[in-house]
Amino acid sequence: MAVTTDPGVVDLRDPSGWRQAKNRLAVGAMWFAFICLVVPLGFVLVGVIVKGASKIDWSFLTSSTIPPPTLPPLLAKIEGTGGIGAAIVGTLEITAFASVIAIPLGILGAVYLNEYGGNRPLARLLSFLSDVMTGVPSIVMGLFIFTVWVIPHGLTGLSGMAGSFALACLMLPIVIRSSYEMLRLVPDSLRQGSYALGASKARVTLTVVLPAAAGGIVSGALLAVARAAGETAPLLFTIGVVTATNGNLFSGPNTALSTLIFSEVLQPYPNAVAFGWGAALTLIAIAFILMIAARLVTARFQRYSR
Amino acid sequence: MEQPEQDVVEQTVSANLPRLETRVQPPSTVPGNTIFEVRNVSIWYGSFKAVTDVSLPIYENEVTAFIGSSGSGKSTVLRAFNRMNDLVPGARVDGEMTYRGADLYARGVSATAVRRRIGMVFQKPNPFPKSIYDNVAYGPRINGIRGKAQLDEIVEKSLRGAALWDEVKNRLKQSGLALSGGQAQRLCIARTIAVEPDVVLMDEPASALDPIATLAVEDLIRELKQNYTIVIVTHNMQQATRVSDRTAFFSVLTDSKNDTRTGILVEHGSTQKIFEDPQDSRTQAYVTGRIG
Repeated sequence: MAVTTDPGVVDLRDPSGWRQAKNRLAVGAMWFAFICLVVPLGFVLVGVIVKGASKIDWSFLTSSTIPPPTLPPLLAKIEGTGGIGAAIVGTLEITAFASVIAIPLGILGAVYLNEYGGNRPLARLLSFLSDVMTGVPSIVMGLFIFTVWVIPHGLTGLSGMAGSFALACLMLPIVIRSSYEMLRLVPDSLRQGSYALGASKARVTLTVVLPAAAGGIVSGALLAVARAAGETAPLLFTIGVVTATNGNLFSGPNTALSTLIFSEVLQPYPNAVAFGWGAALTLIAIAFILMIAARLVTARFQRYSR
Repeated sequence: MEQPEQDVVEQTVSANLPRLETRVQPPSTVPGNTIFEVRNVSIWYGSFKAVTDVSLPIYENEVTAFIGSSGSGKSTVLRAFNRMNDLVPGARVDGEMTYRGADLYARGVSATAVRRRIGMVFQKPNPFPKSIYDNVAYGPRINGIRGKAQLDEIVEKSLRGAALWDEVKNRLKQSGLALSGGQAQRLCIARTIAVEPDVVLMDEPASALDPIATLAVEDLIRELKQNYTIVIVTHNMQQATRVSDRTAFFSVLTDSKNDTRTGILVEHGSTQKIFEDPQDSRTQAYVTGRIG
């Protein structure tokens, strides 16, 4: 028993000194890191909104003809016409098809790794390869599809589908990794509960493990979609260039918001640069909508997890 | 919670030992059919021999309690009855284990078919992250029952059987995870009996529950005995005396020469006999609280 000077009252205050100083120091460091993180993000967001918002209107979003980059004084009449509708359509269809390829494959791969693979050499190899794929620069994915798909098909090789292949290569390891982590979080007691009722392994996986992990898997997949929608490099060599809407994903060159931004802001004409900013804001808005969808879907799937 | 009237037998094993007040169930009458016959069973996890040379019978419509200290292999033996040990990589069963005359570990025996007849309730309540209704309907559904009316009936019957119906009948669509610990455990029992098993194995079903919930689960076990054969692992000796007809006492055998430990079955018999007149000094020491 500690002896206190005042036997009636126990001193319950925090002892001041080094411990409190350490606490303040750590909290201060966290605030500093937080501000370091938020300030650049804020600048990016504000910059894009300020420069892009003036461009955004209905015809900008829907007009299907992307105007040639012009110097306003020379071709003033063209300014204000045209829009990025073609690129929005391109981005949506390319990303959607990439998702159709990568999300089911990725989830199945993760199910194999966590539920079936165990410590088998094949599972270890797949896990290792998928980690390596995560680190591969996205432009390499573009080059890969360019080499194995576009070149063998000659001029007809450039298409939205080729872009989808490249994006799918990019998304696959992200989906595998995020789904795998979610499946790992499913407590073993749930699997055992299902086995104890006489369920087969496939049943356990389909009716207990996947539903329990569904929220996380879906939000991981949607984050991968958002990431892919903003990628430029995999599309540079694979979809070609086009200035009008190409609704056919499988033939003919296509265009996307990210590649449009890339080509417009490289132009010396202020009009083209402004066009790029407008497209950038649109792309951020699409990613934002996907994030919100991810949140909503996650909440929907987790309504039974308390 | 009123307990059913029983013959209360106060007993002391020896004048020098601490007194242990127990409510021992009256000796059961002639045992029914043998459900499980365990003969010279040893169970291995890889190179670790968890249980050595266990032999005992389990009788129909009785509650058999497995007691013993940690590491004595009682859960391991319990999990061998419905082949849950198959899920542990490297687990292996030597010896013979029969269920109603059929060898549980014979070639061609399907673990899922075994588990559909021999259900299990776990130490920690593990309701699925689904609604209460879907939790109970899960087993019947995987057995191919799809009809809404039929499922409704099974769900109500099972929840009534687990003494949970009145508490949840108005919120069947709510998550099974929103229940309290005791309710969740009764939900797991309802889920187990929904597939109408022959045997229910319980691995310390009340150890994560408060005393009131424990009593509710114990009352339930006594009721379930009418229709099911129950094997229960428990660390709580009072619980064993309250619910079981027969008791098997497991202990750890330490070999100091090779530095190995393994679980052994020391003694089994009617619960009254084990607690009042044990034949083995280790059993006596354990049930009187001197060790374990």
